[in-house]
Amino acid sequence: MAHSGPKTPHPDTLAVHAGQSPDPATGARAVPIYQTASYVFPDTDTAAALFNMETPGHVYSRLSNPTVAVFEERMAALEGGVGAIATSSGQAALHLAIATLMGQGGHIVASASLYGGSHNLLAYTLPRFGIRTTFVPARDPAAWKAAITPETGLLFGESVGNPSVDVLDVPAIAALGEEQRIPLLVDATVTTPALGRPFDHGAHLAIHSATKFLSGHGIVIGGVLVDGGRFDWIGSGKFPTLTEPYDGFHGMNFAEESTTGAFLLRARREGLRDFGACMAPMTAFQILQGLETLPLRMARHIESTNLVADYLASHAAVKRVHHPHLQSHPDHALAQRLYPRGCSAILSFELEGGREAGQRFIDALTLFSHLANIGDAKSLVIHPATTTHFRMDDAALVAAGIGPGTIRLSIGLEHPDDLLEDLGRGLYASQKK
Amino acid sequence: MTRYIVMGYPAYAYTGGRPFDASQPTIVFIHGAAFDHSVWQWQSRYFAHHGYSVLVPDLPAHGRSPGIARTSIEAMADWVNAFIEAAGVPRVALVGHSMGGLVALDVSLRYPQRVSRLAMVGAAMPMAVGPAFLAAAKDNAPEAFDMEAVWGHSRGALLATSPVPGTYLLGASRRLNGRARDGVLHADLEACNAYRAPLLDPGTHPGPSPVRPRVLVVAGKRDQMTPFKAGKAAAEMLGAKLVALDAGHSMMSEAPRELLAVLRDFLRGE
Repeated sequence: MAHSGPKTPHPDTLAVHAGQSPDPATGARAVPIYQTASYVFPDTDTAAALFNMETPGHVYSRLSNPTVAVFEERMAALEGGVGAIATSSGQAALHLAIATLMGQGGHIVASASLYGGSHNLLAYTLPRFGIRTTFVPARDPAAWKAAITPETGLLFGESVGNPSVDVLDVPAIAALGEEQRIPLLVDATVTTPALGRPFDHGAHLAIHSATKFLSGHGIVIGGVLVDGGRFDWIGSGKFPTLTEPYDGFHGMNFAEESTTGAFLLRARREGLRDFGACMAPMTAFQILQGLETLPLRMARHIESTNLVADYLASHAAVKRVHHPHLQSHPDHALAQRLYPRGCSAILSFELEGGREAGQRFIDALTLFSHLANIGDAKSLVIHPATTTHFRMDDAALVAAGIGPGTIRLSIGLEHPDDLLEDLGRGLYASQKK
Repeated sequence: MTRYIVMGYPAYAYTGGRPFDASQPTIVFIHGAAFDHSVWQWQSRYFAHHGYSVLVPDLPAHGRSPGIARTSIEAMADWVNAFIEAAGVPRVALVGHSMGGLVALDVSLRYPQRVSRLAMVGAAMPMAVGPAFLAAAKDNAPEAFDMEAVWGHSRGALLATSPVPGTYLLGASRRLNGRARDGVLHADLEACNAYRAPLLDPGTHPGPSPVRPRVLVVAGKRDQMTPFKAGKAAAEMLGAKLVALDAGHSMMSEAPRELLAVLRDFLRGE
């Protein structure tokens, strides 16, 4: 029979309110910036209890901070998770997730369609610390399964790949994770909870670069790691960092301490404490200013991006457009299923004329800013092969869906007519000999 | 955690991060419907490091404890009594939340020699469960866990700052419930709904105060599951001390420090 559950706040409401009560000390309605490194203990017994995690609270702003906590709790609420940890950058969130789960000898299976910075970490830096990654085609679940070894402790992909704009089949890879008892971590930076929630599709962990759409203003660097709280760490038997006593924190067995919060406990009590990549309170405050309007902004981003994708697809100077909004895109049906409100304000395309045409195109634009970022209120453009992904060899570039003439656009909040006019100018210039 | 064999099955219990020592005064914390030991995280660990031994069992078919979910409060109380016996402790203080409070009460009434003090957090007697909630739980419908999570907190907690930095209380509660095996939430809710404490029947327990240990009822002023007036009535019925907290039903996480202070006073006081 059908059941009617209790009413809960809509995402638009959570984006404005979740995680924040009016300040108990002053009544301030806006989130106060608690610009403090540390917190006075009321007595020695409470101090000891805080250090031994017998009572919750703030000790030192590397571990937690009231302003940062509002951002963390708001993100957990928006994603449908149990909690979150804010980090100094999206890269720090990815590192924190990995370092919490594994050490030397660990293995990751990751999509080949990754942001260049994530690819750097997995392909070049982590092997130096004994953690290997096997990259597999995002769209090939059989390849994901074949790459799993007894040491594999994480599956990792982007909800929508950057810049190839391929859509990760999160339900399929999450089901593989459940079968193999390995968590799936999804980088949901491009989709944001306004377009789709990884945990609704079965993922276990999520990260964001909060620098992008969550903020929307391009003025801060930040990241966040969210736990869906669903993964069975004890049942998996693969994660001694969570299921065995940890000498570095009072012999705590994190999975016994908190059934759903074990991962975040270890990540905070070890990862934030020791690696120290915490978020500053001012940064959290600035991200929160953007987060309040996330659902409104994403709707406009998507509306304009779809117009741009249609325009480019019909233009004679464009060889190919990569965006799931277009029926020609191999992930069109998957995107409609997982992200019915749209899935990406990022798109890429191939110009007629290759690299030189790409340079002429970018140089002729006036509204689009040529820079290495996405998810700003301002429209952005870049040539990945010579910038964000320049460390990749040709084979890795092809695997990531990037050609020598690939142009990536991040569609902002300007009026779409103005964006189309600017693009038209660039396209005209690109074909001039 | 420690493990005992109780009624033929392993029983897992959290011990507050220290090895269990039966020679110390012992507190047994009992969780509510479809939860596990971890709901008592912010109280039990403190006591384990402040002169007490604590045992926080996962009831049968809850958390890590295997076995068959008990279908009545009395059967759960029999199990808790057997669990205390298996732990080798002659007498304990019992602290129970919601359904766990009813279990603790029933142990106190039927095995009074076992119990030195009784604290019921989020109490109602009877503990009526609405038909919509029961029906959703019977179907293992996600809406049942939504009801438990939303009604299990104060309305304000849906959006409020968490006392546990970085934790979204509603989400954490919802996920913990969601881990319950099929049928467990329904069995637990049915047990709560059906339970009638023997003290309500004068023929069974004549006299004004049949509960032997000292009793505390902690009631949340904004409790949507067991409303404050139900907690107040339960306290009057039991001749118990009543303490009100500015929180909803999940006082352990909504007001962890305040609840700890109340329990500390009660368990230490004469």
